[in-house]
Amino acid sequence: MIRWLAGRLLQTLATYALAVTLLFIMMRLTPGDPLAGLSDERPLPAEARELLRRRYRLDQPVLTQYADFLAGALRGDLGVSIAQHGRPVTALIRERLPATLLLGTTALAAMFGIGIAVGVLQATRAGSVTDRVLGILSLTAYATPSFWLGLVLTWALAIEWHWFPVAFMHAPLLDPDAGWWVRLTDLLWHLVLPVTTLTLVSFGAVARYQRAAMLEALGLGAIRTARTKGLRDRSILWHHAWRNSVGPMLALFGLWLPLVVAGSVFVESVYAWPGLGTLAAESIGSRDYPVIMGVAILVSAVVIGGNLLADLLHGWLDPRLRPSQ
Amino acid sequence: MTMLLAVRDLRVSFPGATGPVYPVDRVSFELARGETVALVGESGSGKSLTGMALLNLVPAPGEVAPGSSVSLEGTEILKLRGEPLRRIRGARIGMVFQDPLASLNPVISVGDQIRETIQAHLPLGRREARTRAEALLAEVGLAGTPEGYQRYPHQLSGGMRQRVMLAIALAAEPDLLIADEPTSALDVTVQAQILTLLEGLRRARGLTVLLITHDLGIVAGRTDRVLVMYAGRIVEAAPTAELFAHPAHPYTAGLLGSLPRLRGPRQPLRPIPGQVPSPGDWPAGCRFHPRCAKSFAPCREEPPIVEVAGGHHMRCWLGKSGDSA
Repeated sequence: MIRWLAGRLLQTLATYALAVTLLFIMMRLTPGDPLAGLSDERPLPAEARELLRRRYRLDQPVLTQYADFLAGALRGDLGVSIAQHGRPVTALIRERLPATLLLGTTALAAMFGIGIAVGVLQATRAGSVTDRVLGILSLTAYATPSFWLGLVLTWALAIEWHWFPVAFMHAPLLDPDAGWWVRLTDLLWHLVLPVTTLTLVSFGAVARYQRAAMLEALGLGAIRTARTKGLRDRSILWHHAWRNSVGPMLALFGLWLPLVVAGSVFVESVYAWPGLGTLAAESIGSRDYPVIMGVAILVSAVVIGGNLLADLLHGWLDPRLRPSQ
Repeated sequence: MTMLLAVRDLRVSFPGATGPVYPVDRVSFELARGETVALVGESGSGKSLTGMALLNLVPAPGEVAPGSSVSLEGTEILKLRGEPLRRIRGARIGMVFQDPLASLNPVISVGDQIRETIQAHLPLGRREARTRAEALLAEVGLAGTPEGYQRYPHQLSGGMRQRVMLAIALAAEPDLLIADEPTSALDVTVQAQILTLLEGLRRARGLTVLLITHDLGIVAGRTDRVLVMYAGRIVEAAPTAELFAHPAHPYTAGLLGSLPRLRGPRQPLRPIPGQVPSPGDWPAGCRFHPRCAKSFAPCREEPPIVEVAGGHHMRCWLGKSGDSA
């Protein structure tokens, strides 16, 4: 077990190293100049340009830059932003991460909660009107672009009916000395629309996978046995059938987990949510290499870690996948 | 002997291309308390479906047709729904199936699969139920140790899995055990062990057993009576010794003639020509007559049920003409 785990971890680290290298190469192969945006539309004087290139070490060979980046990253130093005039990348990420974590975690929980419930309900009534209506609804929601849905929800629920705030994470006029309860409800109030948007456009994927996996599980001989044993319906449905359907759900969960740190560029943009998604989009637009790399290594760590976590959870839930003792 | 189960005019319908078909068509029989009865037939004869119908568990889209009756000591099982039905399954009637690997839940330990059956029917706490499950494991010849309890189906051999299935089926102390091809998926040596175990459990608990099988070889010496099923109907019913000594129905005679014999003069095996027609294609009159060497004009009409000897009945025109096969 320990050996297996060590091997798996080593494999994960190798994948991660490869991913980081490829990210760096691909970023540098993309046309564009990080210094172009620094002087608005005017051309940068040659001396100033040379100075900046030296300052951000862009004059070094790419391989040296990569080595510098790796050496820094291993020490926890991701360099400084070019577009934001030398602010440390770690500080930028630390500033934006909480907003994305909050939005991503809430949306992930909601989409899986709703998706699983809808998929299981559909599977238990496969072929019925309920199944078909839910199938059409979740597919329609899944096919809806998030920015469009975000704008529609903002227009209807925020601008027309004033039920929810239009944007941001906090009310701009909120008393800075307000009590924790006031600040918490204000935060939750601002969270509703972005979470609803993300959940609506993504729960359909979960529901479809869950429906298919659950249908397969319900057809198992073990379910027939569970019925002949006289178990209660709830136990047959969740303890026996659902536990046999978690494989695809865990794989899907591993794939969606990066949402928690990467956020959604579109949804964060529509609601001016101060998260990592918008930071990533801005830094790509301005070719702010250090920030791009900083966000990218964080996101790819979660992508790879998410898959590892999904595998470990699956092994825990399905004894057949455990390495033999 | 008191009557435990009475089946009257049991019909199971499935939707067919041109209206419903009846893979089980007006089956009637009774089981006395403590009796072991074999229900014998080829694949497609409807014997397994009959077994499922006794628990009101006909798989969709099949259903039990109106007018059918399965009465367990006066309780009409086919009319029960919900909780009262659940209280019959496992608690009054237990069931084991042909393929123990497919019938056990792969992600739940074998001990827990026994324990949950106990807790579904008996007012026991988790700890007491677990102790009882361990005792059951020991009773069926498996280690009743915590390690044995914690094992998963994929870690056991085919024979051990069927022992677990027996422990599950008997966990809530049912009166009737339906064993549907309990040894057909097992090696011959293991078959004998399982049948011996079944016999021991039956004696110890005074069980009534309905043994569903295609294998006449395991019926002799182990059962009190035999019901022979062909194309959805019981065509012959007799005490086991009587049936083997004087098979009356040409189909039963054909089944016995196709069995290899160890004693007596060597004879070539005489297989029955053709195969069981599918439920949509059953011929009018006697359903066996197209394959029957002795068919004659009346066989196109519905055959009568005749008593060949005391407790020995068959559904055939030959009995009527006085020419017993």
